[in-house]
Amino acid sequence: MNIATLTIAEVQDGLRAKQFSAVELATEALRFGQAENGKTNAYLTFSDERALAAAARVDAKLAAGEPIGALGGVPVAVKDVIVTKGLRTTCGSKMLANYRPPYDATAVERLEAAGGIILGKTNCDEFAMGSSNENSAFGAVRNPVALDRVPGGSSGGSAAVVAQGTAVVSLGSDTGGSIRQPASFCGCVGVTPTYGRVSRYGLVAFASSLDHIGPFSRTVADSATLLQTIAGRDDRDATSALHAVPDYFAAMAESVKGLRLGLPKEYFVGLAPETGDRIMAGVEVLKKLGCEVSEVSLPHTEYAIAAYYIICTAEVSANLSRFDGVRFGHRSAKSDTLAELYKNSRGEGFGAEVKRRIMLGTYVLSHGYYDAYYLKAQKVRNLLTQDFAKAFEQVDALITPVSPFPAFKIGEKVNDPIQMYLSDIYTITGSLAGIPCMSVPCGATAEGLPVGMQILTKHFAEDTMFRLAHQYERAGGFTA
Amino acid sequence: MKLTEENVRYVAGLANLTLSEPEIHQYADELSGILTYVAKLNELDTTGVEPMTQVLFAAGDTASLREDVERTPLTNEAALGNAPLASGGYFKVPKVIER
Repeated sequence: MNIATLTIAEVQDGLRAKQFSAVELATEALRFGQAENGKTNAYLTFSDERALAAAARVDAKLAAGEPIGALGGVPVAVKDVIVTKGLRTTCGSKMLANYRPPYDATAVERLEAAGGIILGKTNCDEFAMGSSNENSAFGAVRNPVALDRVPGGSSGGSAAVVAQGTAVVSLGSDTGGSIRQPASFCGCVGVTPTYGRVSRYGLVAFASSLDHIGPFSRTVADSATLLQTIAGRDDRDATSALHAVPDYFAAMAESVKGLRLGLPKEYFVGLAPETGDRIMAGVEVLKKLGCEVSEVSLPHTEYAIAAYYIICTAEVSANLSRFDGVRFGHRSAKSDTLAELYKNSRGEGFGAEVKRRIMLGTYVLSHGYYDAYYLKAQKVRNLLTQDFAKAFEQVDALITPVSPFPAFKIGEKVNDPIQMYLSDIYTITGSLAGIPCMSVPCGATAEGLPVGMQILTKHFAEDTMFRLAHQYERAGGFTA
Repeated sequence: MKLTEENVRYVAGLANLTLSEPEIHQYADELSGILTYVAKLNELDTTGVEPMTQVLFAAGDTASLREDVERTPLTNEAALGNAPLASGGYFKVPKVIER
């Protein structure tokens, strides 16, 4: 067994063939994860006790001849913005350095009910705000592929553990690209499902109209299995979708011959040359599989970042008002009045990027500016969404780069917020429209830095997306 | 759009956020830059376009309603478990009413 390359199917085959027990596998995964973590700083907390107890339950089921579940015995990591009962959940913030949630997120509940073994919680940008994982209060994460580079963000830790092999799969969250961009930088698969496909209950709120939970994995099949497990209606999240969850595995097996793919012309300007070359090599693989490729246009693309940073920061300013030093989180020691307690606890507990977004969001919602900024941005969001609807009248899926460039050096963009925001140009559009999107590996630059290809489909068409990704993987696309 | 340090102090007050002098200086600069960038949206004519507040899917008006059934809430102990200061079953805050 090579723990660093295991797939879900290999874990389950090994368990059934008695090559190892779930407890043995969890013990080795925890040992390996802890031994390797110094390289990347990808895990913030390991949950040995919880993992071994869950593994023992899987072994008991195996011994009794009972089904072990779709994730039975599989080592999983969870981004530290998703709450886990009794297990420290920091959101990468000093504000929640010692927070132990009193409940589990729905996605966590479902993956554990399916036999998944949570090894620990992964590092991320503070409250998921960032594109490089340099905004964590607990130190940056280093990219396992090139340790002097960022893993992407905000789910940098969740991407890094999968790429490093210190978890088989992981959960991340995506608001403007926080799953897809790190997946592309680290060379793994990352999926942002349709908005509402996965319950947000227990995902610490950042921008509620844009927040998603989704999987990371080394193979398309493993992301399909993880999404299948956590997707579906949850009464505790009123925005979770009522739509039935199709069988992604069955869909994946079908041929992609005749599928119509669109290349949006606005997504192929200003790319690093090697990134563009890799994406076109990936498109060639899809053409050979029988897909029909044409150019399409999403004319409002250039307005997406401006609309996004107004909408997301407005929601940030509202959502993060709950951190007041009273009920949970950091409490300032030097405050004599309630008003001072609020202000000082927040001023001391939040990091620079979080404060910047709270300030921007408060400003755009303030008296006299609401219509000019927030309302205007929501109208532009509608135009961007209509762009996608029109494109999907012509094609079944869109193929684009995930990021204009591969992983950059740690520290390279840290002093320029706008440059950092602009790196999310190709992922933010899908987030605003709420459509499913994923990043799949498509080779690497001459320096060996992974490049990610993005597949986007219409709302709830994850089955088509997985089908394209899986057939592409089978045809050798990951090393195209 | 140029934000003054005075504007930044006002917004920080609305946001209940204590900022240091260097932070106020820094945010005046950075937020001005970001606001200048987002002014790009004014290039677009959005007359007659509905604002999109949420990703919505067609469903009946009551589709999201659930049965009103009793559930066990968090215990008082669990709810106070993360409070930096609590006593007697309550969160503690600085005194707000003078006797």
